[in-house]
Amino acid sequence: MIRRFASNKGAVIGVLILLAVIALAVSADLLFPRGPWAMVQRPFLVPFSTDGLPLGTDTLGRDVAAGLVHGARVSLLVGLVSTLVALMIGVPLGAVAGFYGGWADEGAMRFTEFFQTIPNFALAIVLVAILEPTLGSITLAIAIVSWPPVARLVRAEVMAVKRRDYVDAARLAGLSKFRILTGEVLPNTVSPIIVMASLMVATAILLESSLSFLGLGDPNAMSWGYMIGAARTVIRSAWWLSFFPGVAILLTVLALNLIGEGLSDALNPHLSRKGTA
Amino acid sequence: MRPVLTIEDLSIALPAGADRPHAVSGMSMTIGEGEILCVVGESGSGKSMTANALMGLLPPGVTVAGGRAVFDGRDVLALPETQRRALRGRQIAMIFQEPMTALNPLMRIGEQISEVFAAHGMYGPTERERRTLALVTEVGLPDPAKIMRAYPFQLSGGQRQRAMIAMALALEPELLIADEPTTALDVTTQAQILDLILDLRRRRGMGVMFITHDFGVVAEIADKVIVMEKGIAVEQGSAAEVLDTPQHPYTSRLLDAIPTGRLPEARSLEPAPVLELKGLRKVYRTGGGLFRPPREVRAVDDVSLTIGRGEVLGLVGESGSGKSTLGRTVVRLVTPDAGQVLVGGTDLAALSEEELRKSRGKVQMVFQDPYASLNPRHRILRALTAGPVAMGRPRAAAEAKARELLEIVGLGPEAAERFPHEFSGGQRQRIGIARALAMEPELIVADEAVSALDVSIQAQVLDLLRDLRARLGLSILFITHDLRVAAQLCDRIAVMQTGRLVEMGAVHDIFLAPRDPYTRALLAAVPGADWAAENRMAGNAEGARP
Repeated sequence: MIRRFASNKGAVIGVLILLAVIALAVSADLLFPRGPWAMVQRPFLVPFSTDGLPLGTDTLGRDVAAGLVHGARVSLLVGLVSTLVALMIGVPLGAVAGFYGGWADEGAMRFTEFFQTIPNFALAIVLVAILEPTLGSITLAIAIVSWPPVARLVRAEVMAVKRRDYVDAARLAGLSKFRILTGEVLPNTVSPIIVMASLMVATAILLESSLSFLGLGDPNAMSWGYMIGAARTVIRSAWWLSFFPGVAILLTVLALNLIGEGLSDALNPHLSRKGTA
Repeated sequence: MRPVLTIEDLSIALPAGADRPHAVSGMSMTIGEGEILCVVGESGSGKSMTANALMGLLPPGVTVAGGRAVFDGRDVLALPETQRRALRGRQIAMIFQEPMTALNPLMRIGEQISEVFAAHGMYGPTERERRTLALVTEVGLPDPAKIMRAYPFQLSGGQRQRAMIAMALALEPELLIADEPTTALDVTTQAQILDLILDLRRRRGMGVMFITHDFGVVAEIADKVIVMEKGIAVEQGSAAEVLDTPQHPYTSRLLDAIPTGRLPEARSLEPAPVLELKGLRKVYRTGGGLFRPPREVRAVDDVSLTIGRGEVLGLVGESGSGKSTLGRTVVRLVTPDAGQVLVGGTDLAALSEEELRKSRGKVQMVFQDPYASLNPRHRILRALTAGPVAMGRPRAAAEAKARELLEIVGLGPEAAERFPHEFSGGQRQRIGIARALAMEPELIVADEAVSALDVSIQAQVLDLLRDLRARLGLSILFITHDLRVAAQLCDRIAVMQTGRLVEMGAVHDIFLAPRDPYTRALLAAVPGADWAAENRMAGNAEGARP
């Protein structure tokens, strides 16, 4: 499987970009020990014009490069944690709905549809506004708006797998329903969940950026969305302030999408778009 | 006889990394006008690849490595794609195994047939329609005008295959390639389709290349036979020669492996019943709305039967007869609407969920599809011990027992540490049997347990079941659509039709003196029945000699 993944050029590029972003985020304190908020120079320094400030400074004289690197932490953290939380809500709900059927299914699906009918972004804004913007509440809000597709996917997969003969065999072996669900059915639904999760991280990063852009980010955390939001008033005189964080978001989301696609091809070789049968 | 197709030294290369370099190597054959050539072999023998190469339908990565296939004075393998397309359908036509997937589900039957004319730019719309109607009538579809307006899902399997044949015949091809066209059909339908092909051959004088794995079918229709093993044509000759005096050991092995209907000796059995079914019913209701009554299918309709200790009861019927539902009701994967399933005095049908879980061990099942019946993520040991451990047996004892069982079913204890994908279909079926035995059941329900296997593998698994029956005194409910297989293993046979038990009796009685007309029809439809009967005579005569 790893060999199949590695033979996909796009996926390998995605992994390299993502590793680079992670490395920067992890070493942020070493590279820029003064933090992203420190004013280091005159404001509006053009990139590549001053030694030590390759990406220039912003409206208050803060180092854009420091902001980018520290912002990577927030973006990645929010992306990963909110995806995990979404999985923790969506997987059990979808599994129970798909496996037990009947009223459990009806109830869980109506509940899911309730969340799906409200536009994602609007709901996230409302949640963050109610909960006060902190990293925790933003993560939670993103998780709450992104679990419904997970639940639906898991439900469909579980419904397909539970009709397999080996599940019948497990019933005949006298295993309890819970053990059949956790031991026989769920492990066989992981591949599409993994693929979906990698794409969800990308969506979560975009959502977080959008929230910060609107000024609903955590005021104590530097993030890419916040940087673009703060720079939008001066976009014509200082293009680099919104350009570099934009490129950072683009690259990270692209990397995650490439990885997700690579995983999808590697885990489902029969559905591979390349048709190398 | 004028040859229609001559293949000389055909080789088809497989992509690097396959289990052998060539799918087919050095194959030569000739099909004459009005001749039926059967290409016989087990799965993976390269028989379908030959047909696909002729039609230019080889999967990506597979290429023709050498040889010629002369049709109508030209080498079809060397033709450019445009000329090949003109040839396909017009001069060489093909029918496939699964008529449901070979037909477009969104097009009416009439449209699909007349599309063949359109694709080759022939005739105007009214003439197309007239010819389509004539074809539909010729292949014996009932009520042709109505069938032409029907969609594929409204037709039965046999009717769909007839529609496929009508499409293939549309442009009066000189050669028809039939790739296992009857494998997915019931025996009675199969017999009708074989008759149709024989009839069309006679009327139109076309050559037929018939690909099959079933020597019964070969005996029924072949003029000439080619036997393929691992891509090499090991034997060819006239049907009579190959069937009666096979030269190559592989051919003899295949012929020996066919369940010929040679009847086993009747055994004396203990009268104590292991399983009693009393008035069992199961009705499936589908559809229905506020104003429409639901459609009811009586899958199992008032069935009563008993299986004695150590007895093998064959449950025979065609698809839709309710035999699988009955089997699943016995193990209670399906809960019956009425009736009792008595196993050792307990009524399984009446147990609550929790009680049922504790008595699960009493009846076990061996499934049809060896690839779907084992969890791909669990090692064999886990598959074999999960049940006994859940029943409260200590893990160490269960593991020791599992290894012992793997030995008994002929795999060896080291199989325990491996994953299902490392095994072949036949081996997986052995694991399935071991898994059923691990629960120490009183009865095993085998639902089409050998139907998905090649004949030689099928024979081995049947041998294993026979051996287990003798060694462990197993009682088995053996569900199958194939009377020949049932005859090999069973003591008694029960015949099911549309949910009802139409006849039940000892194997000898069912085969030699069937009472019910449906049983008679089933027996008559078994491919190669006459040939098998001769064999049976010969076999019995040999047996009678001291």
